[in-house]
Amino acid sequence: MDLFLQQTVNAFALGGTYALLALGLAMVFSTMGLINFAHGELMTIAGYILMACGLAGVPFAFSILLAIAAAVLAAIVMERIAFRPVRNASGATMLVTSFAVSMILQVLFQNFISARSQAVLVPEILSESVRFGGLVIGVNKIAAIVTTIVMLIFLDRFMKHHRIGIAMRAAAEDFSVARLMGIRANTVIAGAFALSGFLAGVAAVLWVSQRASVDPLMGFTPVLKAFIAAILGGLGSLRGAVAGGFLLGFIEIYLAAYLPSGMQEFRDPIALCLVVLVLIFRPNGLIPSPALKAEKV
Amino acid sequence: MSALLTVQSLQVQYGAVNAVRGIDLEVREGEIIALLGANGAGKSSTLNALVGLAPASAGKITFKGQDVTGSAPERFASLGMTLSPEGRRVFGTLSVQENLLMGAYSMRDKAEIKTAWERVFDLFPILRERREQFAGTLSGGQQQMLAVGRALMSNPRLLLLDEPSLGLAPKIVEQVFELITVLRKQGVTMVVVEQNVSMALEVADRGYVMASGRIAASGTAAELRNSDTLQAAYLGAD
Repeated sequence: MDLFLQQTVNAFALGGTYALLALGLAMVFSTMGLINFAHGELMTIAGYILMACGLAGVPFAFSILLAIAAAVLAAIVMERIAFRPVRNASGATMLVTSFAVSMILQVLFQNFISARSQAVLVPEILSESVRFGGLVIGVNKIAAIVTTIVMLIFLDRFMKHHRIGIAMRAAAEDFSVARLMGIRANTVIAGAFALSGFLAGVAAVLWVSQRASVDPLMGFTPVLKAFIAAILGGLGSLRGAVAGGFLLGFIEIYLAAYLPSGMQEFRDPIALCLVVLVLIFRPNGLIPSPALKAEKV
Repeated sequence: MSALLTVQSLQVQYGAVNAVRGIDLEVREGEIIALLGANGAGKSSTLNALVGLAPASAGKITFKGQDVTGSAPERFASLGMTLSPEGRRVFGTLSVQENLLMGAYSMRDKAEIKTAWERVFDLFPILRERREQFAGTLSGGQQQMLAVGRALMSNPRLLLLDEPSLGLAPKIVEQVFELITVLRKQGVTMVVVEQNVSMALEVADRGYVMASGRIAASGTAAELRNSDTLQAAYLGAD
């Protein structure tokens, strides 16, 4: 029972990080139909800022802010330089563009920083753990869960009560009619990128806090997972992205905990089979995107 | 009276398809204009081109004396021209209230938004009742009211209505046309695309009949009612 609870906490921590990343992907996808594979590099950029701040002796709380700000800025610049010119192009063109951005950034990190993994100075308190009865929970896990909850509440508020948030939801459902209302396409798309950068920055801080290192390819695996989570939840659906992120986190952690040791090597394929199984029964994901529904009517 | 909107030799092209092949239109302040024609005649493309949703490949659009050809759609709400699109296209996952708020997106002044809001709720009391509800859960007629209400939120000088009665029950269709007469009394100039020709010509001052992307006939509503071109246009003759 204790093991189960322990693993559930782990699943929430990992699932929460996937959810934040998947949300960022879903925001951009729902407003401009782009699956941004360079989302992972936003994480990496935030990771390098944390590393640099650690070397420069900047207090950790302040370096978190700098890292997140850098990810937001990078996302906005990315949209302006790379994605605006292909905004009305096909989904495939945009996808290839995002791969190009991703690879260019990876090569830049390898050549100008280092191809090898760099240590990041993380406060010791994050690697400590707290005991709750029979449970031992890492401080970084608690931080991840609390951060995820705070972020989800913030986003929910923003999308429901802020006029730009409402405009983003409107644009996700029907972009041309939203423009007709006077909602500027640039505002909505830049807003979606800025928020996705914000989420990637936060996710990067959580990710790096667990590993205390950063390398040029750091963003790839989590974003691939987040992409799977976004599809599992229903591509383009924000609630779906959160649901998909948590479900994927649970699947991975429980498989790691309960799969017999001889089968541990097959953990990822089994996890993916479970995802495919869900998609067979719910082809549009757990919570399909509203735009998809609108098209079918 | 001076023209509010002037369209000169407008062409709209989608890839290889010429949806609109050079038309001239004029809308004067306070008028109701019916834009008629069979399916595929280019009516919706014309309206969409007026607000920048469809590309005008040639021609000139002048609104309030200003050349607005090729402007981005987001500019028109604040200029005072807006479209209630075909098929209503309300934001189904937004509440009624949020839909209306989006209609007023171009306005910054809170008091102004409140006035627009009250005006729409007075026109459509049912929307006031359902303001918290998701627009997707409204009936077709209510969604049409919401679509028109949303367009009215920006206080347009010129309102373009694309097929406002399409797919609605006959009783609701009557309400839609009543609404058009109410709006005219409030001083809203309108261009109405309609497949319900007889009702459209009843409320309109003038009309244009389109066929294969061109204007086949134009004149006062009375003239059009008695002309053969109208029937010919619907039967697809050139």
